[in-house]
Amino acid sequence: MSQNKRIYLDYAATTPVDPEVFEAMRPYFAEKFGNASSIHQFGVEAQEGIVLARRQVADFLGCDSKEIIFTSGATEGNNTIIKGIGSNKNLTGGKKPHIIVSSIEHDCVLGSAEYLKENDLAEITFLPVNKEGLAEIGELEKSIKDNTVLVSVMYANNEIGAIQPAREIGALIKKLNENRSQKIYFHTDAAQAVNYLDCDVKRIGADFMTISAHKIYGPKGVGALFVRQGSPFSRLMNGGEQEFKMRAGTHNTPGIVGLGAAIEKVKKQGSQIEKTKNQRDRLISGIFDKISGSALNGSRDNRLPNNANFRFEGVEGESLLVSLDMEGIAVSTGSACAAKSLSPSHVLLAIGLNHLQSHSSIRFSLGRLTEDSDIDRVVSLMPKIIERLRSISGNLEGGTVERGKLPDDFGC
Amino acid sequence: MYSDEVMKHFKSPRNMGKMENPDAVGEVGNPVCGDLMRLYLRVGKNEKGENFIEDIKFETLGCVAAIATTSMITELAKGKTFKEVLKIKFGDVEKSLGSLPPVKLHCADLSVKALHKAIQNFKE
Repeated sequence: MSQNKRIYLDYAATTPVDPEVFEAMRPYFAEKFGNASSIHQFGVEAQEGIVLARRQVADFLGCDSKEIIFTSGATEGNNTIIKGIGSNKNLTGGKKPHIIVSSIEHDCVLGSAEYLKENDLAEITFLPVNKEGLAEIGELEKSIKDNTVLVSVMYANNEIGAIQPAREIGALIKKLNENRSQKIYFHTDAAQAVNYLDCDVKRIGADFMTISAHKIYGPKGVGALFVRQGSPFSRLMNGGEQEFKMRAGTHNTPGIVGLGAAIEKVKKQGSQIEKTKNQRDRLISGIFDKISGSALNGSRDNRLPNNANFRFEGVEGESLLVSLDMEGIAVSTGSACAAKSLSPSHVLLAIGLNHLQSHSSIRFSLGRLTEDSDIDRVVSLMPKIIERLRSISGNLEGGTVERGKLPDDFGC
Repeated sequence: MYSDEVMKHFKSPRNMGKMENPDAVGEVGNPVCGDLMRLYLRVGKNEKGENFIEDIKFETLGCVAAIATTSMITELAKGKTFKEVLKIKFGDVEKSLGSLPPVKLHCADLSVKALHKAIQNFKE
């Protein structure tokens, strides 16, 4: 392992807890430890922390405090909405409901949709995206049916950072709902968006929105779900009366307080986003300048300011990830070779890349602690690493491997 | 995730690179899992008149395990007769590397297939 400073460029996977957030959480572990549902003073001081956090989140989303349900994170929020609304036959007068999810959603949305499909609980349309990774309004409109109850399109993609036309989708659904007896609900997974984009639920026109604390310098294991008042929502956990009887379970007080504090910090981050964007742009131009056979995956413009997802001809992503890790640089890859399954990223396939191109991709995601010198170091190291891997693969020129010319396929 | 031996082969692959005028080439791969392996053989005859692998080189586009397994199989095969080489199983490659994550066992299998294919290519 290298003696140099470690460089973390995987902020889309998770972020460190901000020191101010940590300080806000601290009293709620051992001092204000009460059960927020208890009536005595211990309970009340815990409850106060939750009330404040709920207001902080609601203020950020432009909604009422009563419309915020604290969860264990985005996976829970997304499962709850997709399964809960997607299987709700009351919405369709007994008919099997139809839901539309984009094909680049997070696995927790796609997995929930697959669950509904496999159990014959809902009809699913997986909405394709264009080469830039963007859902198209026209395609969405065409896939709406009489029994459509839910459209779920993420606000920004976790892998390629593609910012989806959430407001346009919200506006389309609002317009369609004017002439329908059966309302379509709009859910957006905003886990990656909160730190960078306007998440006002009214401006977006969302009925449901999922957020997560650990993507915004808050703690892991806590998130929130916005549920527009009057929306159908059935409780997922049975038990106590927490969260307006919607989600039973003793409140994770330190976590919830941390989520509130993290959101407050997002509101006040000022020029940080611009700084991140400039660093990201430096990374992109540095890589393009120095490495032939490199390309950016996803849209150049409709992209989260901290995301750069590249592919390199003649190089496999996991080898590249491990090579960077040996230098103390942490990134992610769309190559399944780094995961448990063997098929590459569904997102990269959905934007039209072939398997080899998908396997040759890595994601850099920058954040608040990224320094200019970190980017310089990456840009100076990458050419050597790519050259070494290309010399191993016998593809020094970085030429394209045509699928038709591939040798026998022996399966995996 | 990877054993020290796997990392050693990844950092300094043995017998890596192209071979000029090889006697045989074996190429296998799978675009779905992203691994492409190519083995080059220089074949000699020993005093008994048996074919043996005088020299061997590899090129691999793939993950750390794919690179390490091809590197290892070149070590296992170099200097051996065809008869000996055809007895190498993917488990031998794995064992020589200490261990492989279960999901990466197919890489060892693929490296064995590349070797078989190269020998077959020579016989043709």
